[in-house]
Amino acid sequence: METKPDLLKITFDGIEVEVEAGTTIMQAARRIAEADASQGHLVPPAMCYYKPLEGSGGKCRACLVKVAQGSAKDTRPMPKLVPSCITMVQDGMVVENVTNPAVLEERKAIVEFLLLNHPLDCPICDQAGECHLQDFAYEHGSSNQRYEEERRTFEKHDIGPYIQLHMTRCILCYRCVYTADQITEKRVHGVLGRGDAAEISTYIEKSIDNDFSGNVIDVCPVGALTDKTYRFKNRVWFSKPVDAHRDCDKCSSHVTLWYRGEEVIRVTARKNEWGEVEEWICNTCRFEKKKTSDWIIEGPTKVLRSSVVSANKYRADTVKKPDFALRLANSQYKPIDDSRPFITDEETVRQLSIENNRKANERSAFENTEN
Amino acid sequence: MSKKILLEHAHIEGIETFDTYRKNGGYEALEKAIKTMSPEAVVEEAKKSGVRGRGGAGFPMGMKWGFLAKPEGVPRYLVCNADESEPGTFKDHYLMKTIPHLLIEGMIISSFALGANKSFIYVRGELMYVINILQQAIAEAKANGFLGKNILGSGYDLELVVHPGGGAYICGEETALLESLEGKRGNPRNKPPFPAVKGLYQCPTVVNNVESIANMVWIINNGGDAYAAVGVGRSTGTKLISASGHIKNPGVYEIELGLSVEEFMNSDEYCGGIRDGHHLKALVAGGSSVPIIPANLVYKTANGEDRLMSYESLSDGGFATGTMLGSGGFIVFDETACIVRNTWNFSRFYHHESCGQCSPCREGTGWMEKVLHRIEHGHGNMRDIDLLVDVAKKIEGNTICPLGDAAAWPVASAIRHFRDEFEWHVKYPKEATRPGAVYMGEAELV
Repeated sequence: METKPDLLKITFDGIEVEVEAGTTIMQAARRIAEADASQGHLVPPAMCYYKPLEGSGGKCRACLVKVAQGSAKDTRPMPKLVPSCITMVQDGMVVENVTNPAVLEERKAIVEFLLLNHPLDCPICDQAGECHLQDFAYEHGSSNQRYEEERRTFEKHDIGPYIQLHMTRCILCYRCVYTADQITEKRVHGVLGRGDAAEISTYIEKSIDNDFSGNVIDVCPVGALTDKTYRFKNRVWFSKPVDAHRDCDKCSSHVTLWYRGEEVIRVTARKNEWGEVEEWICNTCRFEKKKTSDWIIEGPTKVLRSSVVSANKYRADTVKKPDFALRLANSQYKPIDDSRPFITDEETVRQLSIENNRKANERSAFENTEN
Repeated sequence: MSKKILLEHAHIEGIETFDTYRKNGGYEALEKAIKTMSPEAVVEEAKKSGVRGRGGAGFPMGMKWGFLAKPEGVPRYLVCNADESEPGTFKDHYLMKTIPHLLIEGMIISSFALGANKSFIYVRGELMYVINILQQAIAEAKANGFLGKNILGSGYDLELVVHPGGGAYICGEETALLESLEGKRGNPRNKPPFPAVKGLYQCPTVVNNVESIANMVWIINNGGDAYAAVGVGRSTGTKLISASGHIKNPGVYEIELGLSVEEFMNSDEYCGGIRDGHHLKALVAGGSSVPIIPANLVYKTANGEDRLMSYESLSDGGFATGTMLGSGGFIVFDETACIVRNTWNFSRFYHHESCGQCSPCREGTGWMEKVLHRIEHGHGNMRDIDLLVDVAKKIEGNTICPLGDAAAWPVASAIRHFRDEFEWHVKYPKEATRPGAVYMGEAELV
């Protein structure tokens, strides 16, 4: 007869949940959100923690929570805020997350710290719209800035034909390092340097070269590692994600195709609602198969994670985590006509930009006369 | 003359060689421990002695040894933390170069107590000549049968490895040290699991400071109770203090814990007082990372009691009016020292040495350094002072390892006690940035 594992009961922001031993506070919170979609906002943000990667977590300090009662046996509170992604639950633990002002205050500080040296070049960043740092800053940050100093910059490194590295955007979550370590055959990149001068790099300008290296793009929470074949081609919210697969001898090939009009402009792995890759995909699928005929289409991707990708395409009530970004998107964004053709011809692009500038000038002239 | 436990024979010429050390009672404790005592009895003596970790945190060493997990079939390790890089602290350096055999003997006794068959001494990379001295000492001990296979015919084997660090301050943090020892990048680990359960190569490990381990020799010779009788209260034994700054006799001194700060500062046996014609302005009592205290809190606590050189007395009053014994880096400032410049200097150090793993420390240390640099160079404004306090508060306690706290405390305490000096820098940038300019305002000079 099968024995049922002992369940531990914990209270998270006043909600009781029963989980197995060895679960982290973060996983328990996600369990709550999975059971009841309206509690999605309670899940602590994760900037470095990535469930599929062993050893990740504990670095960004975005998920710090207050443990008001250590366990049923030891009812003392823990003296410091603890990272929820790596702290194991104990029976009778009481966790305060959004109900504790100190936690929210610290989260605001973490946003500030992460944005200190971040270039805030979202308007030209390919990650914009699906960036975890954007979401985190919208949800927990403050709108003013106190940093007056110069931002640190790095020398540019070329890490190969497929992956574009923007070190200035990096928040040093170490996810890509763990990916390279655990998914690929040989690790060719890591962290060099120390403190705020630490950087992700390959040693001596070596390019990253193996079949699964493209996965570092998917795990990157910000725009530090982006797809070179997709660079500056599109904003994510103009594209339509579609699930597809093909017959691949290297990986499961369960991917998401990102369409702009009729054209596949990007291929990524499928992600769950926490932005974590479900199955790793190979570089051939990711970078080289960009025709609809290469793929067997399964149907539209269900965008679970709140992002502007889902704006105008999915109703707000189908999204599990209604938050500020989505509300803003739904209230302010005009419907986007994404049937427009995708233009690659340079001359046409130039003509269009001249046309757009002319229109913009007319508009501002009109607004000036109105005032 | 107060009691000497570690530096009793330091003045003898040639004490760094095996023969002289042996003639002066060296390796007797080892013989006593291995021939007549069980490992448990040695641990019991350490517990009785009440010796507290001399690396800075002051955690009782015997208790730490008691936490060591002892699963079957898994090796255990003892690692000696000799990566002393805190600005203002140079006691381990002195101890190792003067009496290397004291550390070696302490290492063998401690390894025997913990059942470790391979032990490591992780020495700061800059001290290459000390590494050579230690290796020489190990070779001598091995040649005389105190190290290696079957020590003194007891069947106990021990291999002692000296490992040079790469020169990173962060590798003095115990888990970063273990990572570095494993050959990885010296990033501190998340705790739990603690090293006592999963340390070096995922095996149970004890990490102790040089001075703590060296104390074991005397403890075995004279008994834990005798050691506990030295000192005051829970601060037992003696402590090496590295005194530096504006005093007449800088250097390393061994003091009995419980000596008054006033005596230590002014007695000719120790620091010899502030240099002539000058006054005490501030004191950093335990290395750069502890809070700085102004002159009026140095000799007396806020309650008017005498301040003693002990863990409890120095931290009396918490962070509001107290400081910490830390690693014993006693830095004295007279009225010619600029607190803003000093704080900036400390802050620059922590910015440079942050490992860059967790965000508050990586970004916050750099931010504080840049703001302090601005204030010191006459480009600050009033809101910067509050900004520094706020940033320090946000870093403190929210990082993986104590480096974040160590970076935040000096800044927060300097502003707490010397705010007027910071304001003077902001209000009168021209005067403040003049070479040799010193604030002579309201701060109390004793």
